[in-house]
Amino acid sequence: MSTTLAVLEQRDGALRKISYEVVTAAQRLGGTVEAVVCGTGAVQGTDQVGRFGADRVVTLTNPSFARYDPEGCAQALAERITHGGYEVVVFAASATGKDLAPRVAAKLGVSVAADLTDLSADSNGLVVTRPVYAGKALLKARVAARPAVLSVRPSIFTPVERPKAGAAEIVAVTAPVVPSRVVVREIKAAPAGTLDVAEAQVIISGGRGLKEPANFKVLEELARAFGGRAAVGASRAVVDAGWRAHADQVGQTGKTVSPSLYIAVGISGAIQHLAGMRTSKVIVAINKDKDAPIFKIADYGVVGDLFEIVPKLTEEIRKLHG
Amino acid sequence: MKIACCIKRVPDSETRVKIAADGKSLDEAGVKFVMNPYDEFAVEEALRRKEKAGTGEVVVICLGPAAGQETIRTALAMGADRGVLLQTEKTPADSFETARLIAAELKSGTWDLILFGRMAIDDYNHQVGVIVAELLGLPCVSAVSHLDIEGLKGIAEREIEGGIEVVEFPLPAVLTVDKGLNEPRYPALKGIMAAKKKPLEVKAVRPGAGTIEIAALTPPPERKEGKIVGEGAGAVAELVRLLREEAKVL
Ligand SMILES: Cc1cc2nc3c(=O)[nH]c(=O)nc-3n(C[C@H](O)[C@H](O)[C@H](O)COP(=O)(O)OP(=O)(O)OC[C@H]3O[C@@H](n4cnc5c(N)ncnc54)[C@H](O)[C@@H]3O)c2cc1C
Ligand SMILES: Nc1ncnc2c1ncn2[C@@H]1O[C@H](COP(=O)(O)O)[C@@H](O)[C@H]1O
Repeated sequence: MSTTLAVLEQRDGALRKISYEVVTAAQRLGGTVEAVVCGTGAVQGTDQVGRFGADRVVTLTNPSFARYDPEGCAQALAERITHGGYEVVVFAASATGKDLAPRVAAKLGVSVAADLTDLSADSNGLVVTRPVYAGKALLKARVAARPAVLSVRPSIFTPVERPKAGAAEIVAVTAPVVPSRVVVREIKAAPAGTLDVAEAQVIISGGRGLKEPANFKVLEELARAFGGRAAVGASRAVVDAGWRAHADQVGQTGKTVSPSLYIAVGISGAIQHLAGMRTSKVIVAINKDKDAPIFKIADYGVVGDLFEIVPKLTEEIRKLHG
Repeated sequence: MKIACCIKRVPDSETRVKIAADGKSLDEAGVKFVMNPYDEFAVEEALRRKEKAGTGEVVVICLGPAAGQETIRTALAMGADRGVLLQTEKTPADSFETARLIAAELKSGTWDLILFGRMAIDDYNHQVGVIVAELLGLPCVSAVSHLDIEGLKGIAEREIEGGIEVVEFPLPAVLTVDKGLNEPRYPALKGIMAAKKKPLEVKAVRPGAGTIEIAALTPPPERKEGKIVGEGAGAVAELVRLLREEAKVL
């Protein structure tokens, strides 16, 4: 039976939530799932990974793995993969995964089947699906490489509890020290309490319809009403105007997001914006122009002035969570 | 500063996607092709670095069909010094093959910096630059949105979820660049005229099949027909009800 390697992520010694998505994607292929994470020592949360279908969790330890160590992690993983006999290796298509997966793939001499929204194994091998051309088409491909190196789009593979009989084995292995040329010196964290759009379950994005930067407080209040689950996103037009940070931009030249609820406020719905959010589970549009293209992909639309609609929505959401 | 920039010819992001008769590729009839937007940031950064150093050369490399010459001319019009077209029948779909051919070309020169876009907006592969760095054994920082270089030491910033990583690296290096790094210039008429006379070398190359075999290109699944719940603040109560009871997201 085949073994799939799921590459987990940690920050500050604790597993990141995306790790459970990676395991969930890996166990879709059947067979044995081994999970691996690079850290300085025990990583918090590894004892939970078994619940999502991992048979074994390996921590590759090295003092230089406190922050992301691109060259050290790539080397350690490539060595483990070369000797491990895995059929498939699954990364997250997160900021780190997008950097790490191609490094590892290059060492193995293969391409990454990147940013997948679906994957399955049939008798002829591995079939993967990924959006291309700004989400205007889906590419289905067969991956012939062994091992196959994949990365999965965040927020697509909702973690499913699938415990196997018996607890997952937890192992630590010392990784060789590689003198890294590329060193993460510092992480400038976003202000405490701000949730990254790439990780939020609910995103409320604002566009040029907000009229001026100060008006984004209307959206921030709505986000707060969701009680820590929501982030405020932005269209490129308002990022380029300097109203919002680039980190908040959703779309082709910003972030690709797939939250369970995406609320587009005063955003027209240009194709490059849709590229970043069309895989959201439920889309709501609020726009005063009933012909705005955003309504074509929205599940629910409200036509009218956002300055009347959004405060009312905030009030209703507060009631629910109140 | 000797800087190489790898630029890809891609369909304009406004392109209406029509799938070709083979069911596996884009029907290119009527499609407008442009330089990959992220590669514009790469070319701009190269030009600024050279201008700052006062000397050097900016070389652009494109792997693709004969029409890739137009993409190269655009970069030359921005101010790059010369171009190399690694000519193939079609732009290869396999990232490793693309990287292998580009790396082979880069080996014939010496570079202080080799720049790529963070990703190509057609295939969203996000990997060619990083793979080239590995093949050349050079240090690499991906998705760079801010860059400082002092002598042979560079400091780059890259966005991660919930923050920014500050990364130190030695030159020579491979960088893949993100939006935010700079504002690309538009080619001026003078540049466009000058570009016609700049050297553009064409070399035929032969990509292998690679390891990812395209089975089908299909339109994205139709989203279920949406509905306009209503107009103005009066529609909000119904919207919330639908989100709760029908969509079950509240
Ligand atoms: C290469 C390239 C990459 C790009 N990448 C991105 C990207 O990553 N992300 C992105 O978003 N865009 C991107 N764009 C830009 C994109 O094409 C659009 O220009 C942009 O998305 C428009 O932003 P907007 O919807 O905020 O503004 P507009 O298009 O100006 O829309 C504003 C909307 O607000 C509505 N409105 C106004 N007042 C009110 C009110 N009081 N109440 C309710 N509604 C109101 C209007 O009806 C209108 O629909 C890219 C473009 C290119 C060429
Ligand atoms: N055919 C190509 N010719 C030149 N550069 C390329 C080509 N394909 C990819 N690149 C470079 O690699 C970057 C990342 O592309 P990708 O990995 O395909 O998303 C692009 O922004 C270009 O800088």
